[in-house]
Amino acid sequence: MIAIVDYGVGNIFSLYSSFGMIGQEVELTGDAEKIRNADRVILPGVGAFADAAEKLKATGLDQAVKDAAKAGKPLMGICLGMQLLFDKSLEFGEHEGLGLVKGSVVPLRGYVPDNYKIPHIGWNYLKFPEGKEKSPIFKYIDEGSFVYFVHSYYASECDESTIASTEYGQPVTAAVQNENVFGLQFHPEKSGEVGMNILRAFCEI
Amino acid sequence: MITKRIIPCLDVKNGRVVKGVNFKGLADVNSPVELGRYYSENGADELVFYDITASAEGRKLFTDTLREVASTIFIPLTVGGGINTVDDFKRVLDCGADKVSVNSGAIKDPSLIGRAAEIYGSQCVTLSVDVKRVDGEFHVFKNGGREDTGMDAIEWIKNGVRSGAGELVVNSMDTDGVKTGFDIELLKRVEDAVDIPVIASGGAGGIQDFIDLFKAIPDIDAGLAASIFHFGEVTIPDLKKSMAEAGINVRL
Repeated sequence: MIAIVDYGVGNIFSLYSSFGMIGQEVELTGDAEKIRNADRVILPGVGAFADAAEKLKATGLDQAVKDAAKAGKPLMGICLGMQLLFDKSLEFGEHEGLGLVKGSVVPLRGYVPDNYKIPHIGWNYLKFPEGKEKSPIFKYIDEGSFVYFVHSYYASECDESTIASTEYGQPVTAAVQNENVFGLQFHPEKSGEVGMNILRAFCEI
Repeated sequence: MITKRIIPCLDVKNGRVVKGVNFKGLADVNSPVELGRYYSENGADELVFYDITASAEGRKLFTDTLREVASTIFIPLTVGGGINTVDDFKRVLDCGADKVSVNSGAIKDPSLIGRAAEIYGSQCVTLSVDVKRVDGEFHVFKNGGREDTGMDAIEWIKNGVRSGAGELVVNSMDTDGVKTGFDIELLKRVEDAVDIPVIASGGAGGIQDFIDLFKAIPDIDAGLAASIFHFGEVTIPDLKKSMAEAGINVRL
């Protein structure tokens, strides 16, 4: 069973439906035990980092997610859920993340050229880093595939874990992996066939 | 680099898509689910659904329809029509919409934009504006373009952005339905005034109109159209292929 962590943040209707679409058993849950016992865990999220990090802590689900990751379960953070995997974020002050991936989350403003619109909204392509083996979650897709982004902050100082980036006036982290922990800055559940193929590959890990 | 988006718009009344649509291979040409899937499999970058029903019963049918669309189609969905309160935002977001487009509702109550943005984030709030020239000035019209508010369009748009709108749909009533191209003059004025994504609407009659739009205003993010797609006058794959050949960045 795939557990989607329900901690009161974000619009998970499409994410939930997309696993059904690829024939996976999925449950939206705020129960720590269920998350620990799931085969795979999805950490979603939309909105502000501090608010989401607080809610995750207040519900005690931060520990359940960490335990699942430590137990070697495939864990995937999506959008803000991906950003929560990092050590810290500089969105409106400094806030601590789950520390499952090294690096920090910082504003796109000041990094991308001034004439680029923020948030970075729309379809952009994936570029795989040179000299690295392709991550298993990209098993069914090719470099250059388009995925759908909506974000104003991005993960930095994470070259080691970066498995895909995109280009928005500057290279922007699109996906990271630290062993069994995966993070996607884009929305696979809004990225058409390409997104479905990423979720499908994640379910086979 | 981010691609220019092509967005078909579907008007939904009592759970059914209105306007004649004629596609080969579609069993039910008025089904929002079948049409949505057709477009998403044929290059649409996003879908806009406008609820044009006025009754409570029609509204209920619309949300049922939306839920069905959102559980089978996995590209961004924007929903508009009948959005007057924060509860209306919740109603459609809970059914799987990604963005909510607000028009007359924001004119009646301008605080709606800010309140919705605070709860759901600016990326969820699309301000849609119907604009028409009156005595050489751009005025905002409301109630489906039937009523002149007398407000200056550029000022209204700037206020909307300040309040927290994350995206704009600018519909020119002067070019809408005329099929002689987008309203470049108006769109340029808007693009110069704001730094959020702008979706151009009204006037597309053929492929060249989209190319002219993105060439004239390289910062415009997307082009929206309804009838030329629904009547099959232009297919999205053909359009995107021509755009790519003209050097415009698209998702093929």
